[in-house]
Amino acid sequence: MLGAGTKRTEAEKKRGEMTNTQAPSASSTKPVTTSSGQTAKTIEVRDVNLFYGDFHAVENVTMTIAPNKVTALIGSSGCGKTTYLRSLNRMHELTPGARVEGEVTLDGENIYDPAVDPVSVRRLIGMVFQQPNPFPTMSIYDNVAAGLNLNAKKVGKAQKDSVVERSLRGAHLWDEVKDRLDKPGGSLSGGQQQRLCIARATAVEPEVLLMDEPCSALDPVATLAVEDLIGELKSRYTIVIVTHNMQQASRASDVTAFFNLDETGKPGHLVEMGPTTELFTNPNKKETEDYVSGRFG
Amino acid sequence: MASVDTTTNAGQLLAAASGGRRRRGDRIFSRTAVLAAVTILVLLAGVAIFLLSEGYPALTASASELPEGKSFVDYAAPLAFGTVLAATFAALVAVPLAVAVALFITHVAPPKVALTLGYLVDLLAAIPSIIYGLWGIFVLGPAAVPVMKWLEEKLGFIPIFEGPASVTGRTMLVAGLVLAVMILPIVSAVSREAFAQTPRRLQEGAQALGATRWEMIRMTVLPFGKSSVISGAMLGLGRALGETMAVTIILSVSGAVTFNLISQANPSTIAANIALKFPEASGLKINLLIATGLVLFAITLVTNMAARAIIARQQGE
Amino acid sequence: MESASQPVHATGGLALERRRGSLPRWGTCAVLGGSAAVVAAILLATGAFTVALTLVFGTLLSGVFLYVWSRAVEGPRRAKDRVMTLVIAAAFGLAMIPLLSLIFEVAKRGIPGLSWEFFTEDGRGAIGGEGGASHAIVGTLVITAVAAVISVPIGIMAAIYLNEYGTGRLRRALTFFVDVMTGIPSIVAGLFAYALFEIFFGPGIRLGVMGSIALSVLMIPIVIRSAEEVLKIVPNHLREASYALGTPKWKTITKIVLPTAFAGLITGVMIAIARIVGETAPLLVTTGVVDSMNSDPFNGRMQNLAVYAYNEYRSPGVMKQAAYDKAWAAALTLIAIVMILNIAARLVYRRYKTEIR
Repeated sequence: MLGAGTKRTEAEKKRGEMTNTQAPSASSTKPVTTSSGQTAKTIEVRDVNLFYGDFHAVENVTMTIAPNKVTALIGSSGCGKTTYLRSLNRMHELTPGARVEGEVTLDGENIYDPAVDPVSVRRLIGMVFQQPNPFPTMSIYDNVAAGLNLNAKKVGKAQKDSVVERSLRGAHLWDEVKDRLDKPGGSLSGGQQQRLCIARATAVEPEVLLMDEPCSALDPVATLAVEDLIGELKSRYTIVIVTHNMQQASRASDVTAFFNLDETGKPGHLVEMGPTTELFTNPNKKETEDYVSGRFG
Repeated sequence: MASVDTTTNAGQLLAAASGGRRRRGDRIFSRTAVLAAVTILVLLAGVAIFLLSEGYPALTASASELPEGKSFVDYAAPLAFGTVLAATFAALVAVPLAVAVALFITHVAPPKVALTLGYLVDLLAAIPSIIYGLWGIFVLGPAAVPVMKWLEEKLGFIPIFEGPASVTGRTMLVAGLVLAVMILPIVSAVSREAFAQTPRRLQEGAQALGATRWEMIRMTVLPFGKSSVISGAMLGLGRALGETMAVTIILSVSGAVTFNLISQANPSTIAANIALKFPEASGLKINLLIATGLVLFAITLVTNMAARAIIARQQGE
Repeated sequence: MESASQPVHATGGLALERRRGSLPRWGTCAVLGGSAAVVAAILLATGAFTVALTLVFGTLLSGVFLYVWSRAVEGPRRAKDRVMTLVIAAAFGLAMIPLLSLIFEVAKRGIPGLSWEFFTEDGRGAIGGEGGASHAIVGTLVITAVAAVISVPIGIMAAIYLNEYGTGRLRRALTFFVDVMTGIPSIVAGLFAYALFEIFFGPGIRLGVMGSIALSVLMIPIVIRSAEEVLKIVPNHLREASYALGTPKWKTITKIVLPTAFAGLITGVMIAIARIVGETAPLLVTTGVVDSMNSDPFNGRMQNLAVYAYNEYRSPGVMKQAAYDKAWAAALTLIAIVMILNIAARLVYRRYKTEIR
């Protein structure tokens, strides 16, 4: 069932073992303090319903997203995973007519509280998109620094340099681009562009990273590179990734949440959520078992 | 046996007949289409050739032979100056305004009314230029008089506002402003196209970083649309260079070559000069005017070709 | 690896940055209204009140107030965003002012000039303040109709060439030069028509058909552009279905493609006509100025409404105001014709277009 029929490389096997032995607890809410003193946060979602105008897209999601873990959202297409992801950093409401009901808290604070500035939410909860989207008219350096330039005007050149270098190193891109930081962001390969977008997102020191099918536009080599990166990033951030690739979910995530639709036109909903290995080997619901064994989806 | 023969023969006949008819019909039609295409190229070439042949006598005549007593260059240069001055001023005013209007329609106004707003702006382009001329001289001119007086008083040390301010409003400033209103729709339409096509993922990338709407526009929409705005500006410039009636009616001409925008003494433009002088002209004077028309044609041709080349390059990317 | 101070980490990693607050919903309106009131009061007090000044200074003052208030309550980035939104909206408002003023003034000044005589009498006696514009109206119709008769077939055939037959260099050259042709100054088109006839008929010739030819030079590229767009929209599978039945190409075009695109073609033609119906400059140099009725494009001078308006303004004769009134009336008629053509074009499109699924 898991990876049936696919050849697993040494790296994948090792990663699989790592996830197996870590015994992640989806209910742990203690923030993990990293060596930098930076804390990754827990996200609590309570009774969230998402609408596009009158259309009820996602219903009644309640979950806890644990810090320093990779949580994967899987499910068939159209079941609302991306819509749900975008509600976690208040991007959903940018679509005209879109509406959010319910509560999403970041370390206890409701991000949908009217007094909260959505702009600051998006700084603390960053996003990487399916299609790499570096700003084509900006250089690599400026792309990474874009968030910095917006959020903190008075950053000195030396400090900016160090932030850019740190972010690019963290995204495993520094060695490849350190000699051409002034070249346009669009001049890199697909995999490099996506790592650039990750560097851009991490440069502003978010607590959480949301990733919407980050590898679906990349070739297999680039995909593995990004998955490796995600494995490293979780030590510093809370990561939520949407993926339609079950092998990727089982390789790269600690916790998996399965979404599904009853039929088209009905809202998507959360079926089951749990540690990845358990969900894939011994799911509680038949629906989940059907999906992960490839009977539909 | 016999039936097979007749069938075959009938089949052959049928094939031959319709094949011939088909080929002839297709030939005629496609040749007509090609003819139409060639006609247009010939027309364009004809414009250049006829202008050249009619203008040639004036280009080669000496100063004493020409009606004004000036050589062709001396005659045409001030007109060319006036043409470029009026058009450039119009473009400088119109382009930033057009960009703002385009941003308003594509990114600020509620999407439901955006289409209607676009129609409204495009309506400005439908109004005939004679009406702009009448409006300029009867409405805008008199309204601008107090403004020009104020400009002369407060900013008169700048050469363009030197004055003395005209009391009728028939100045380069007013003519330029009317031209700006006339070319606004074309610059705005081109910019609107480009801004509306900014890829969503770029805009969302900026929003996900926490950018405000203006910051997102500055980071993604404007850089993306830059070359379209430039080519739109050049198209507008080309239109302003060739505009006749508004300038003819509004401008009070003295022939002076000056940057002064608010005085009574203004250079004329090539187009306005032709419109004013042609009806009563005869002989070499006509050739002279046509020769200046040739100069105008050349200027607008170069401007438009450059603008189209930029658009083509942007679309090729 | 991490540096100790992260100036970006403004929140100290503990709490979401709260908006220090937010401007109330009615905030922007209040600022706009308040500023306008303040400016108006000052102007009234100093006796310099005009609507225009109030608008201009009211907007400027609003910008300042809005920025200061928003910055204090919401922070500098939001403040800048609000002010720029105000600037962009103000620019749109500024662009609408000439449109509104034009329509208003033309209506206001043109209506007094409209009369039964205006539409029925021709220009003789205009010096004495009598006469009308019937000759100009007829002239407009004739010149425009002849121009359309010349331009529409050529334009549509050329569009058919570009879309259905064209390949290679001729096509590329044509596309490029049609674009260039849209930029020909109207007076140059007039000079061309003049030069063309002068070579065959001698100098000083003025004919209605010359004006039509000049207008054709301007109209053809417009017809081509819009026809090309419309033909492109006709889906290829319709053509292929026709070929699969053994229909020759030319029949496919005339019986399938053109009828499908029909509404769009008509619309394009109507819009092209609307563009040239008000042209003045090319006609000044070709058809001339004339007072009496003439409906024969091949014989003698002719005048359209636009040239008529120009002439009434230029040479008003003894009764100046009457002449100006007539000029404005002609302008009003012209705008009405243009608007009707534009609106009718859209209605025709909506009514007659073939739905393509």
